[in-house]
Amino acid sequence: MTNSFDDIANDAQVYFIIGSNTTETHPVLGMRIRQAVKQRGAKLILCDPRSIPISEFATLHIRQKPGTDIALLNGIMHVLIAEELYDKKFVAERTEGFEEFKAKIMEYPPERAAEICGITPEEIIEAAHLLAENRPGALLYAMGITQHTTGHQNVLSTANLQMLLGNMGVPGGGVNPLRGQVNVQGACDMGALPNVYTGYQAVTLEASQKKFEEAWGVPLPNKVGLTVVEMINAAETGKIKAMYIMAENPMVSDPDVNHVKKGLEGLDFLVVQDIFLTETAALADVVLPGPSFAEKDGTFTNSERRVQFVRKAVEPPGEVRQDWWIIGEIARRMGYDGLTYNSPREIMDEINRLTPSYAGITYDRIGTQGLQWPCPNTDHPGTPVLHVGKFSRGLGHFSAVDWQPPAEEPDEEYPFIFTTGRVLYQYHTRSMTGRSEGLDAMFPEAVVELNAGDASRLGIADGQMVKVASRRGEVVAKAEVSDKVEAGVVFMPWHFAEAAANKLTIAALDPTAKIPEYKVCAVKVEAAA
Amino acid sequence: MATVNITIDGQKIAARAGSTVLEAAREAGIDIPTLCYHPALPPEGACRVCLLEIEKQRTLQPACTFPVTEGMVVHTRSEKVISARKFVLELLLSDHPLDCMTCEMAGNCELQNLAYEYGIKESRFPGIQHSYPVDDPNPFIERDYNKCILCRRCVRACNYMNGVEAIGVVYRGFQAKIGTAFDGYLEDSPCEFCGMCVAVCPTGALIPKQRKGQGREWEFKKVTTTCSYCGVGCQFDLNVRNGRIVQVTSNWDAPANHGLLCVKGRFGWDYVHHPDRLTKPLIKKDGAFVEATWDEALDLVASKLSEVKEKYGSDAIGVLSSAKCTNEENYAMQKFTRAVLGTNNVDHCARL
Ligand code: SF4
Ligand code: SF4
Ligand code: SF4
Ligand code: FES
Repeated sequence: MTNSFDDIANDAQVYFIIGSNTTETHPVLGMRIRQAVKQRGAKLILCDPRSIPISEFATLHIRQKPGTDIALLNGIMHVLIAEELYDKKFVAERTEGFEEFKAKIMEYPPERAAEICGITPEEIIEAAHLLAENRPGALLYAMGITQHTTGHQNVLSTANLQMLLGNMGVPGGGVNPLRGQVNVQGACDMGALPNVYTGYQAVTLEASQKKFEEAWGVPLPNKVGLTVVEMINAAETGKIKAMYIMAENPMVSDPDVNHVKKGLEGLDFLVVQDIFLTETAALADVVLPGPSFAEKDGTFTNSERRVQFVRKAVEPPGEVRQDWWIIGEIARRMGYDGLTYNSPREIMDEINRLTPSYAGITYDRIGTQGLQWPCPNTDHPGTPVLHVGKFSRGLGHFSAVDWQPPAEEPDEEYPFIFTTGRVLYQYHTRSMTGRSEGLDAMFPEAVVELNAGDASRLGIADGQMVKVASRRGEVVAKAEVSDKVEAGVVFMPWHFAEAAANKLTIAALDPTAKIPEYKVCAVKVEAAA
Repeated sequence: MATVNITIDGQKIAARAGSTVLEAAREAGIDIPTLCYHPALPPEGACRVCLLEIEKQRTLQPACTFPVTEGMVVHTRSEKVISARKFVLELLLSDHPLDCMTCEMAGNCELQNLAYEYGIKESRFPGIQHSYPVDDPNPFIERDYNKCILCRRCVRACNYMNGVEAIGVVYRGFQAKIGTAFDGYLEDSPCEFCGMCVAVCPTGALIPKQRKGQGREWEFKKVTTTCSYCGVGCQFDLNVRNGRIVQVTSNWDAPANHGLLCVKGRFGWDYVHHPDRLTKPLIKKDGAFVEATWDEALDLVASKLSEVKEKYGSDAIGVLSSAKCTNEENYAMQKFTRAVLGTNNVDHCARL
């Protein structure tokens, strides 16, 4: 997030939420936005194909077809430019590439955009006016924006909109991706990515390579590695022979899980470190028991880039050892002593030394309020809002972005658009929430959301078991018939291994961000025998 | 900061303009008892336990809603005030089961604390007591309105913190009680089980079911930590007794959430003590897992990874780190991948 929860909650005059079911997936932020709308009359524009709990509080709810976000955003920007409602001063002083971008936007008059999105031009015009009249405005998005073959383009598009409105670098504004899991931000910051070391220092950059070779005392590879989905593909073709998986469950979370299973089963060696015997751990050759969050010390970095303490409250059960100890021991047994630490504090000291944006985020300073990166030294107070006065790269760059249809579109055989998401009472692959008695009782099984019109045409009643099939697999689950989804759209939460929505999803990747297109594929639906 | 000069119990105070008498007093370290007031909620002036004598006012005034004005003179401990407080407390206790000895909130109950402070053992107003069933089947929140003092903090929490307005005051007069729109179960209302109502309830009327019978308030050790679920990164206090978590309580000083929590953070921690937890390393032999020692398991992992690295090269190994793990663990994992395995094949499910 470029901004912080506090300024978003207190200063935004309008919220533009696209591809985030905020009150279910980031509930506390959802609560704070609901308060802003209720108590101080902030406006809320929601762009989501489904009717979701926060719809009730929306000033305007645009229900675009899944996979048409860029057309929608371009259409809104067309109105802002054509009616000269954009922030000319900001565009002139802080950005570049406007002319080329404008030429592209001019190809998306509201009529054309509306047609692609399956909405009316008036909705697009109203959204543009709401954004222009209420500033600053905060744009929030989650997986609904990124999990597409055009995910990277979608993200650029959201940045275009906020620059056009002059909503960057101000409290109550910004482009704010909400991270799904607690420490997605931190895992990325720490370089658990195939192309960067900590703090996004590129592995291909000679200077970073040298720096880390010196610090770690070994030669390091400078070739970009494989992403999750690429690794699984490589496992299937036999290029990857062994995997070490810590606290992830690709057997439920990854697209096209039938294919994941084949990949993992074909490995010569699989080691999984986790707190439960997950669907993935069950395939392992060795399983190593790790601690839960309540049994460890360390730090998490939340979506607003705030590094906060995690504190050990109870002893881990049985012979569970700390994750960092386990990793260090394997390293030692492979002949490397540079991972033998005595405490998480020691590891953070090393992170501080090697990561400019974390240099000032030391255990002595995190305290009760945490620190937001970038925090380049131990006198720095941290950075609640990014890009104030100047973008980190200098001028903000407008990117001309074109809408492209999703990788798989409905056809005669698979006539429905299939899309996935999350629910309040479950989390990720359910390895935790499925073992929380109350949470699991509230939402114990998968459902298939169907539009009432579609359901009656197919002769399917609410609560009936239905079979949903794509080119990759099929699942059976209970139908929930309502107007939550529009005609032609089918929705499933993906948490459930027994009716794994990811048996249906497609492993088509965004070419830049390598994110799979969970949010759109084509399926057919019929009553289950 | 604009200030106004007031006098409380003879002490001269420069109070923040626009503050209430209660806020001014508390900022100056003067204690005024309250029940319906909660610092994270708008004041309502419902319970009258904070009544004060303010010179030039004909009647006693509630501190929690009365604004400070220049030259104001306030008495918080005058005889009149004390007897009014006692009256309010006695009235509340007259319709309150006196079963503190078995109540989960004992030791942390604001009503019990005030009764203790003002030495109220029993009520001078014996009368009919309510007898409500305690039967909401939801998995999270026990609602015992026999212990409710109608302070309406829960109602305000649901309105001003959560926002769904699942509960309100239903019926009138002596029948008045807190309930959902049709005085039914929470599951049949818009309730999202955030538990904010539980967090602000001053009595044992609302308590987490998970903590029932798990110990007394004074036995709990509180450890502030960060939620293990979504990327908001709420902080809260794990309450621990005998090495087990018994409940999660709001930490009002938390920077990302200021005490707010959702159902997952507040009630979803019990997986930590689930019997399915892995407690020993496992090695698969002939298709079945067998328990192993750490030495066996770690040696096997080290030798297998070394073998693959030697035979097929570093890039034949892939590593998945985790968005559920800490920064320190992720750092160690990517360093291991790069420095020990010699590949950049490391990723996690950020995109998923
Ligand atoms: S749990 Fe939350 S939503 Fe439910 S009644 Fe209490 S405050 Fe309202
Ligand atoms: S349930 Fe608790 S918070 Fe709600 S009115 Fe009763 S005593 Fe007050
Ligand atoms: S309490 Fe809820 S909103 Fe807060 S971090 Fe946990 S899951 Fe997210
Ligand atoms: S605390 Fe002031 S009236 Fe209740």
